[in-house]
Amino acid sequence: MTRRFNLRWTVVFAALVLMLIGIFSVNFLTQTPLKIAGTDYTSIGLLLGGLIFYAGIIVIVNQFENEKLLTIALLLPSIVAVAVFVYGFIAWSTRVSLSKWKGLLPDYTFVGLQQYINLFNDRRFTIDIRNTVVFTIGFLIGCIVIGLGLAILLDQKLKGEALFRGIFLFPMSISFIASGVVWGWLMNPATGSRITGINLIFQSLGLDFLISKWHTTSPPWGMAFTVIPAVWQLSGFTMALYLGGIRSISEEIREAARVDGASETQIYRHIILPLLQPVTLSAIIILGHMSLKIFDLIVALGNKDLRLDVPGIYMWTTTFDGTNYAQGAAIGIIMLLSVAVLVVPYLVYSIRTEAEI
Amino acid sequence: MRSRSVALRTISYLALFALAIFYLLPIYMMLLTGVKPFNEVDLKTMWHLPTAGLHFDNFAAGFKQLAPNIRNSLGMVIPEALLSSLLGSFNGYLLSKWKFRGSNLIFSLILFGMFIPYQSILIPLVKFMQFLGLYGDIPGLVLVHIIYGIPITTLIFRNYYAGISTEIIEAGRIDGANLFGLYRYVMFPLSAPSFAVVIIWQFTQAWNEFLFAVILTNQSHWPVTVALNNLAGSQLVQWNVLMAATLLAALPTLLVYIFLGRYFLRGLMAGALKG
Repeated sequence: MTRRFNLRWTVVFAALVLMLIGIFSVNFLTQTPLKIAGTDYTSIGLLLGGLIFYAGIIVIVNQFENEKLLTIALLLPSIVAVAVFVYGFIAWSTRVSLSKWKGLLPDYTFVGLQQYINLFNDRRFTIDIRNTVVFTIGFLIGCIVIGLGLAILLDQKLKGEALFRGIFLFPMSISFIASGVVWGWLMNPATGSRITGINLIFQSLGLDFLISKWHTTSPPWGMAFTVIPAVWQLSGFTMALYLGGIRSISEEIREAARVDGASETQIYRHIILPLLQPVTLSAIIILGHMSLKIFDLIVALGNKDLRLDVPGIYMWTTTFDGTNYAQGAAIGIIMLLSVAVLVVPYLVYSIRTEAEI
Repeated sequence: MRSRSVALRTISYLALFALAIFYLLPIYMMLLTGVKPFNEVDLKTMWHLPTAGLHFDNFAAGFKQLAPNIRNSLGMVIPEALLSSLLGSFNGYLLSKWKFRGSNLIFSLILFGMFIPYQSILIPLVKFMQFLGLYGDIPGLVLVHIIYGIPITTLIFRNYYAGISTEIIEAGRIDGANLFGLYRYVMFPLSAPSFAVVIIWQFTQAWNEFLFAVILTNQSHWPVTVALNNLAGSQLVQWNVLMAATLLAALPTLLVYIFLGRYFLRGLMAGALKG
């Protein structure tokens, strides 16, 4: 692009007026709250003031007729927002985790890795890690086995495929909280005269040996039952991933194998499953990072039961109930690191392969 | 050979039906409980069909519990979905059609924000929102959802715009359109499907979100997930009312899924990056 300096004074004047209005309204609103009919609109007003100021800047940048500069100027709000709210806050959290801040007043005294060392010697946190491992293994196996199974079943060109697909996918649209509340009732551990939920179904079918204490089974196996609602919600998603993978394998390859005398089972074993490996990798990463972060489902299901504790809940209670900010920050950073180990290589790989194309 | 494939088919159908029952069980239970009158609600007969016709007392009672929170959620989710889709659309347009040195790096750095556990930024977020005076109310929550929604909305739009041929852009430039004109007259009119995907995705995400909601709002501004969790933990609410309330809380996203599932699925797949 040629760099032409095409300044028109009327436009620049308009831009300056915009910037002034923006600055003044922000300045005004920080001193006097804006209240209309009892509702506080100050924050919205501030945002609008900022936007008007920013619009002025864009008008001026636009005058330079330098599209690269304009692009960056237009991306800047998002870049700054992510830089502050993601990277800045991570840095800030890290700093808190290296301090001994406990109580409502910030205390940034540097104590090195003390919080992390304490955590790994903390019984509750060791239980949290064990619970996360149990949950992750169960969740991954459940979703991948059921998801792949469903995808293969739906690939058989059966009638009502769309309906079944819809049924298997809909739980994904429900919140973890709602799902936890419902499954909490379905997996009611009460016995005897108060028996209910799925146990009641088992009892009336004469399948008494299946009656279970579900997620209230003694640790660590209680945690394994929390996998049921999670798999209920996300196996359909896994199915959709696999189905997409299967559908992208050309019919010609399968036909060629059939001509060579391969049975359908052989085709799945030797052609389709190996070609689905990248899908499995994606599924492991997406589902794995969800299970490392699992929080709301367990909150709704376990109601802060310590036997079902996970790092996300520990972070929440220690920070906001116990005001142990330094420890809470350390748990948050440990969670971040565990997710980053899984996601960053995948992200780098995705961007690289895309750049090659 | 033929009889074997018939047998296989039957087994496939049986497996699908069995799994479909498992998937529908929770919804069936919520509906069933919801349409019974109070005096017919009993733990022993929770799986029995209602004997005295349909009653909606439970839904009415559940709605009474959650009505203010459903209103809060709607007040948060609607502006959030609209604003964040506009922002994402513009970001996606710039990052796909106006690439500059380092724009791919910026995009990957933005993308990482999608995966972080929010516990790792929670303490600074709370302090910062308190500093801004946005703590405790819905506008603050809207802002937070928009900002942490930037990665996914940008991703969906960027991938969508990348598929639109550069020739259209070139033609527009020859006609004298600048960066804004190209967006306004060429890209934006083509973006309807992508807007549908992003609006639905952000709507569902924000409606279902719990952590930000419980940390950043005070009780009078609780969205529906927080109120539902609180309801479930309280001893004062009958379980039948709770089930009806849960169904009500899940209903908006459920309806979106039933009627606009196609778009919902696309958002889901975009979340898997290479789906």
